Amino acid sequence: MSLTLEQVRRVAHLARIDISESEAESTLGHLNGIFSLIEAMQAVDTRGIEPMAHARDVAQRLREDRVTEENRRAAFQAVAPETEAGLYLVPKVIE
Amino acid sequence: MNHWEVVIGIETHAQLATRSKIFSGASTAFGAAPNTQACAVDLALPGVLPVLNRGAVECAIRFGLAIGAEIAPKSVFARKNYFYPDLPKGYQISQFELPVVVGGSVAIQVGQGEQVYEKTVHLTRAHLEEDAGKSLHEDFHGKSGIDLNRAGTPLLEIVTEPDMSSSAEAVAYARALHALVRWIGICDGNMQEGSFRCDANVSVRRPGAPLGTRREIKNLNSFRFLQQAIDYEIRWQIETLEDGGRIQQATVLFDPDTGETRVMRTKEDAHDYRYFPDPDLLPLLIPRDWVERTQAALPELPAAKKRRFMADYGLSAYDATTLTASLEIADFYEATVAVAGKAAAKPCANWVMVDLAARLNRDERELADSPVSAAQLGGLVARIADNTISNNIAKKVFEALWNGEGASADEIIEKQGLKQITDSGAIEQLIDEVLAANAAMVAEFKAGKEKAFNALVGQAMKATKGKANPQQVNELLKKKLS
Repeated sequence: MSLTLEQVRRVAHLARIDISESEAESTLGHLNGIFSLIEAMQAVDTRGIEPMAHARDVAQRLREDRVTEENRRAAFQAVAPETEAGLYLVPKVIE
Repeated sequence: MNHWEVVIGIETHAQLATRSKIFSGASTAFGAAPNTQACAVDLALPGVLPVLNRGAVECAIRFGLAIGAEIAPKSVFARKNYFYPDLPKGYQISQFELPVVVGGSVAIQVGQGEQVYEKTVHLTRAHLEEDAGKSLHEDFHGKSGIDLNRAGTPLLEIVTEPDMSSSAEAVAYARALHALVRWIGICDGNMQEGSFRCDANVSVRRPGAPLGTRREIKNLNSFRFLQQAIDYEIRWQIETLEDGGRIQQATVLFDPDTGETRVMRTKEDAHDYRYFPDPDLLPLLIPRDWVERTQAALPELPAAKKRRFMADYGLSAYDATTLTASLEIADFYEATVAVAGKAAAKPCANWVMVDLAARLNRDERELADSPVSAAQLGGLVARIADNTISNNIAKKVFEALWNGEGASADEIIEKQGLKQITDSGAIEQLIDEVLAANAAMVAEFKAGKEKAFNALVGQAMKATKGKANPQQVNELLKKKLS
């Protein structure tokens, strides 16, 4: 399987990465190289093997339902580009 | 409308009643000042890692057990990728291929009176996920303001099969689900605050035809809007098809001001979420003994309570369903019966379902802030049962209780002299007076006018200020006139 240039542009758009035509073409080459690795892996017979959701075969640890965090808004917002009335300000977005 | 079939499925986001967020230790309390409950994990600062809240998992297990679903011994968290400023990580942690709750069903009762019927709505799944923050679009110098207090709040997304075929069924399901999540204490159900919101998938088809193309109405936060939005959508789809048009798959929003739905996005620009297992989270394993412990701690569920009400109190299926529509009403009813006595269980049901419900409705009040308590209502029903007062007088006493004119039915009956007159001597004396004062009516009756008899009963009841037993008045009057 190999990708098309159109698919590369679509993935770039979904990831909100602005790429030029030449970057799209070089990225296509890189990604197709990765795909050949995946193809090699997919050639392995995995019948009867349960897929893993994580590379480590251990269970999720849980935390107790307790509030442990205090309000540190001032510290967090000190490094934010712009804030007002306690809100983070971002370029206007309306769906 | 006759030759179209409506198909509806519902997705509900129920905010789980935990103290802290699903993957961080920040508080979930509603109404805090912006961003004061958004910690480093919720803000997605570099290097932070999510740690799953045991309380949120416990809520999911409770829910799964309450609907008779399978609790997955192993489930997996996945990243749902999209870009929006109120989602700082660039992805929402959700569950995709392996959700925590699989299957199950909710029994609903649709309609009222003669047309009432029962139906089972099957659930596909329920999964855990985190909520996003809030964007405020009012003017901040041409910018949007972001409040991340809600980011990371635990949600249970509950998905049905396309089992409903009218807005009435959809609303009945939403109400039953709303009552259930509150019943088992996993969600406060506050719809104004967004703790319980529904998306409805609606399509129409000719009977027997394959499923039509669906449109999804997003974010309905009241039962009324749910009903209005679905009704509008059904009408619109049928009209479009009958005019020779085609339905395009789309996500739509309901505008309560116009009562219409409008397209938010079509399939072409639908999100491609690129789900994949979140490498920051290991699989969630739920051992059998955790499920068993949770099962043991569950309260009596609506279906079991309904069966018990029918067996113990001799209630009809309809009454029992109505009285188990929420834990509040079930508790109120049982507290009423506890005071009135089990023998008066049926009149208690009527008073709670009819008189009290109508009065609450008239004042637009909820049962929780009823001015008449269950103990007061039980005391009132007890006085009807032992013939101290008639049903008619009871309505007066109820109104007096409602208006706070006394602490108990007994006190009001005593203070206002409403005790039923059962002493036949006293009633006979009153009847004699009435007969003497209404000689013309007596003559009419004797001349064969049956109607005059009823008028005389009315006069006698008036003379007793309604306190005499009407049946007794009737009999005594007959005796006197024969």
